Amino acid sequence: MKVLVGIKRVLDPQVKARVNGDRTGIDLTNAKMTMNPFCENAVEEAIRLKEAGTAEEVVVLSIGPAKAEETLRNALALGADRAILVHTEDTLEPLALAKVFKAIVADEQPQLILVGKQAIDDDCNQTGQMVSALLDWPQATFASKLEINGDTAKVTREVDGGLESIDVNMPAVVTVDLRLNEPRYASLPNVMKAKRKPLEKKELADLGLDTANRLTTLEVSEPPARDAGILVENVAELVGKLKNEAKVI
Amino acid sequence: MSILVIAEHENGTLVGSTLNTISAAQAIGGDVDVLVAGNDCQSAAQAATQVVGVSRVRVADDSSLAGQLAENMADLVVSIASDYSHILAPATTFGKNFMPRASALLDVSQISDISAVITPDTFERPIYAGNALAKVQSADNIKLITVRITKFDAATASGGSATIEPVTAAANTDKSRYLGLAASESERVELTSAAIVVSGGRGMQSGDNFPMLERVADKLGAAVGASRAAVDAGFVPNDYQVGQTGKVIAPDLYIAVGISGAIQHLAGMKDSKVIVAINKDSEAPIFQVADYGLVADLFDAVPELESEL
Repeated sequence: MKVLVGIKRVLDPQVKARVNGDRTGIDLTNAKMTMNPFCENAVEEAIRLKEAGTAEEVVVLSIGPAKAEETLRNALALGADRAILVHTEDTLEPLALAKVFKAIVADEQPQLILVGKQAIDDDCNQTGQMVSALLDWPQATFASKLEINGDTAKVTREVDGGLESIDVNMPAVVTVDLRLNEPRYASLPNVMKAKRKPLEKKELADLGLDTANRLTTLEVSEPPARDAGILVENVAELVGKLKNEAKVI
Repeated sequence: MSILVIAEHENGTLVGSTLNTISAAQAIGGDVDVLVAGNDCQSAAQAATQVVGVSRVRVADDSSLAGQLAENMADLVVSIASDYSHILAPATTFGKNFMPRASALLDVSQISDISAVITPDTFERPIYAGNALAKVQSADNIKLITVRITKFDAATASGGSATIEPVTAAANTDKSRYLGLAASESERVELTSAAIVVSGGRGMQSGDNFPMLERVADKLGAAVGASRAAVDAGFVPNDYQVGQTGKVIAPDLYIAVGISGAIQHLAGMKDSKVIVAINKDSEAPIFQVADYGLVADLFDAVPELESEL
């Protein structure tokens, strides 16, 4: 089985996002960038499938700027076999990303696609579902457990009410949640080896797809700040404030 | 304009998120229809007819919709999409599952998690865990939208008189099968609808210490939540999680106990009306959003809080 994993380069989640000067987006100048945390879980799961003998090959795909090569190299250092970068300096919407995935899938013919459930920059939570729609494959979102059983896979999904189980036909798209696994760190020898692993670059424009954005961002702003609160001395004062001042209990 | 709201329902009743989503539809303006899709969902459909502001309830009641699998739900939505200018669902795990699928099938760019309606084609949505708000305008003919439910008041659940009519479910794709739900056992109020929430973080040290919070919650009629750190450490199940990647809530009172206040946690609770933080680290970022902060060892403060209530 071949596994295709989608990964995205994002602002490091530990860094506070700040709106840029012309209020068109987030200031990413010299910002620390990293692999989207959910994508790390997707890569980890693919590598584990390979280690278990379920998968023969793990291919990682990123659709983004030239610098996303770093993020792909990181995935190769973690254990992916090869990488594909579809290069564009534009920010594509999930619908456009799904079209690119579909084109790559036509070449690669994977039996399983793993992606993070959401990217922590645009917080869209769309791409995996859209990829499965365009491929006419089943989808299993928010996976916290994945068992491949030949032509089907049993997936445990983290939903608001608890844990849901579904069975999907293969090939399928699975979007992963954080508790699916604990991602590993790349060892230094593997980081060195990753530099020699194959990384294929394609230009988005050469794919001949309609990837025009449908949404226009008119403005990006900081949310209103909360008013400064106060420190109370003890529990009795706290309870008093909640009863008499805030009147919430 | 005609707007379709896809109802989230379970065990024959509408989930509260449906009422918030109806209110978002009303903010756009136009006739509001509600689609109730499921297996044996007539009583949820009846409940939807009572919601004030709904013109028509369309019911797809079919065994293929048991478990509301994304493939069958998306096909159903696509089959009636041409009747509408906007299609809305709550940005809960229910709506997030099938809406992007339906959007892609319709060749539409979904607008996720809107927090405000500016005009019928322009919406505000939080990005970067709510650290920024983006105003986005859609050029698509049909707008598929998921709604941040804490940002819209609930529509009134009774007094309405919508008509009801059946819709034929799309053919079962049989691409996936619903096996079941292991629901969390809790006698407390549900996290997303609770007026008061008591949450624990890594500072709780162990799942064995959560009963201490539960006793406080029971005195307040509150739900119990947790930070991602507490969930990742295995103290409590994931459905307790409040944050960017868990539940987004806005109760009247949020009590954060032993929670440092990571960006991703704040994203899930900073719209709460009153925030209380109890943490022994006076530098913890949670104090920057707290209305009332108490710098104290939670193992002293929480039992004291229980006895003071």
